[in-house]
Amino acid sequence: MERSVTHVALFAALVAVLGLVPQIALPGGVPVTAQSLGIMLCGTVLGARRGALAVGLFLLLVALGLPILTGGRGGLGVFAGPSVGFLLGFPVAAFVAGLVTERAALPIGWAAAAGAFLGGIVVLYVLGAAGWALMLGKSMAEVQVFLLGFLPGDLIKVALAGLITRSVARMRPGSLLSRPA
Amino acid sequence: MLTLTSPVETWLHRCPAGVKLAALAAVTVGLISMEGLVGPSLALVAVGALYLSCGLLRYGLRSLLPLWPFLLVLAVWHGWTGTLAEGGTVALRLITAVAAANLVTMTTRLTDMVTVLERLAGPLRHLGLPPRTLALALALVIRFIPVLSDRISTLRFAWAARSARRAGWAILVPTTLAALDDADRVAEALRARGGAG
Repeated sequence: MERSVTHVALFAALVAVLGLVPQIALPGGVPVTAQSLGIMLCGTVLGARRGALAVGLFLLLVALGLPILTGGRGGLGVFAGPSVGFLLGFPVAAFVAGLVTERAALPIGWAAAAGAFLGGIVVLYVLGAAGWALMLGKSMAEVQVFLLGFLPGDLIKVALAGLITRSVARMRPGSLLSRPA
Repeated sequence: MLTLTSPVETWLHRCPAGVKLAALAAVTVGLISMEGLVGPSLALVAVGALYLSCGLLRYGLRSLLPLWPFLLVLAVWHGWTGTLAEGGTVALRLITAVAAANLVTMTTRLTDMVTVLERLAGPLRHLGLPPRTLALALALVIRFIPVLSDRISTLRFAWAARSARRAGWAILVPTTLAALDDADRVAEALRARGGAG
């Protein structure tokens, strides 16, 4: 019980910190903020249920008024804005990423990358585009072109989620809650 | 830790948080059902007047800045298709809803928000989430954001001492491990003090 609560809380803090820290250079030198990578890691490291709870807890603190979204944003306003679909999609993305990591009959690195792709790109993009469409009065087909700009960076994060989860599995096999040793 | 609440106390700070949140919900639902340009414009003027009465207009405008890419897309789109009036309705509704929500955040202290949340979360106890556990989790996150932030700075300094290039993604591995290890230690400490339930 205690272990569940502290893991959920610490990973919510990790997602927040990854949005605050100065940008991290990706392979190739492109700087990005790593918040969406943190969302994927919640799922791939903590598993579906705890991962979704961690991201949900993070969103709760955003709503309460902490400026912990990338770019120092936060408060209730971000939930009234056009990107609400992405925000509400975050816990779903973490859940799907965790579910695939738990269930896929693949080596841990590949399973985590597959989960991060399905959750952090496929599911998140559908929900994010639905939010844009709803808030801007457009159809899904009309807004999806804007997603393409995010795709290259997110694909790199999917690969990183796989690599980092594999490293965690090697160094702390007992702590990888998505695949208990 | 810093929050988005305005440190300058206004009359809205003294309004009960529950009342402000209920009013915000009503305004947001009302905005969704508004058509044409008159209704949303009046709503925007009303929200602007609330900002003025609190002396927060400048901060309010600054907090709307993240919306500009979306407004630009709307302007180009509706200019192109010749439906500017429709685009104006969408834009006005969006600006008003976000501005109203920001105002509640700016004038409500974190402690007041948490109090409302605890009351709202009461019924969740029947689903296996006692309000005490939720409050503990919230406090843990707030406490550990600066701790993890320091940890990343330390790793970054260690990196800078050894490499001419800027810190790469590799420091995210020890960062993730640090979160996992801290979680285990805090869990032990909680158990030693009577548990989280």
